[in-house]
Amino acid sequence: MAKYQLNINGQRKEVSVDPSTPLLWVLREDLKMTGTKYGCGVSACGACTVHVAGVATRSCMLPISLLGDRPVVTIEAMKDDPVGRVVQDAWVEQDVVQCGYCQSGQIMTAVALLKHTPRPTDTNIDESMGGNICRCATYVRIREAIKVASQKLK
Amino acid sequence: MPRHRVVSLLISTLFFAFGAWVIVSGALGQTRDGRRSAADRAEGLAAWEQVYSVLTHPRCINCHTATNYPQQGDDRQRHFANVIRGPEGKGVPGLNCASCHQESNADSTGVPGGHNWHLAPLSMKWQDVNDNPLSSAAVCRAVTDRSKNGNLDGPGLLKHHEEEALVLWAWNPGRRPDGTMRTLPPLSHAEFVAATRRWVDAGTPCPPGR
Repeated sequence: MAKYQLNINGQRKEVSVDPSTPLLWVLREDLKMTGTKYGCGVSACGACTVHVAGVATRSCMLPISLLGDRPVVTIEAMKDDPVGRVVQDAWVEQDVVQCGYCQSGQIMTAVALLKHTPRPTDTNIDESMGGNICRCATYVRIREAIKVASQKLK
Repeated sequence: MPRHRVVSLLISTLFFAFGAWVIVSGALGQTRDGRRSAADRAEGLAAWEQVYSVLTHPRCINCHTATNYPQQGDDRQRHFANVIRGPEGKGVPGLNCASCHQESNADSTGVPGGHNWHLAPLSMKWQDVNDNPLSSAAVCRAVTDRSKNGNLDGPGLLKHHEEEALVLWAWNPGRRPDGTMRTLPPLSHAEFVAATRRWVDAGTPCPPGR
């Protein structure tokens, strides 16, 4: 076990965990922040996506020992993020969600896309969202919601 | 015979002897230089083939693709999770290389990592669009073309092979998700650098052919 000082959604957190523990489980088990989901555990589905120093990152494959002092932003902070808020509103407006399990990861990736590319093309959306899997196949509505959010961010 | 004619004949003889020696030794020297040059080239080409055996190992060639995606594994399969190259070889926003690959290997999760993880540019592709490795001659031409290789001359290529973080990673590739070690290139890093040095010292010769 080792102690780690973390910056999660702008707040200092201290945890005492095994260095090999993935960030996902530190968030869910130690910090009780369950908005970030466990999907595949091998970074193949994107359900566990968070932002690490602004980069959309698969938290299931990031050992806490490799995080360093980089800040982490999770789905819980999106309601207070100017882009995140707009994306969540667009998600509701387009009624994107079916079962909802993958959606926090989808939103985190969509926010990363829009922060870098405010006017994404269909190709941009397909390429950036291509690593986020939805077994309910809400992909068409996800694409529309991203376009709606893009319009509202003008 | 008058004494002055003897002296004159002696001087002429010495002069011609010296001239002949200069011509013959020069010709012999050229022959030796030619033989040495041919030997150097042969040794350089042999060293290149060793270098080529490393460059086409999966730890190296998987990120020197001609396609819009990297490869992974010893079977050089397409990288999973729809990962694509992106404009700078680092993926795209939301799906960057750094979305999974950290500054070092994550052996507890099996994700390889290294500083500035990225794909080599398309100018440094060592495969065709069907994922078949290019020939030794074609890879050599690409590696030595300064318009394609980041303007590296021979010493620059040697330094790249000696020090570049992602080159060094090939000999410290970490564990697979199942806990087994990833395979290593066919030469040690020291042998790879030594082969590169011999190839560079020989003038970076490339084999003929396509």
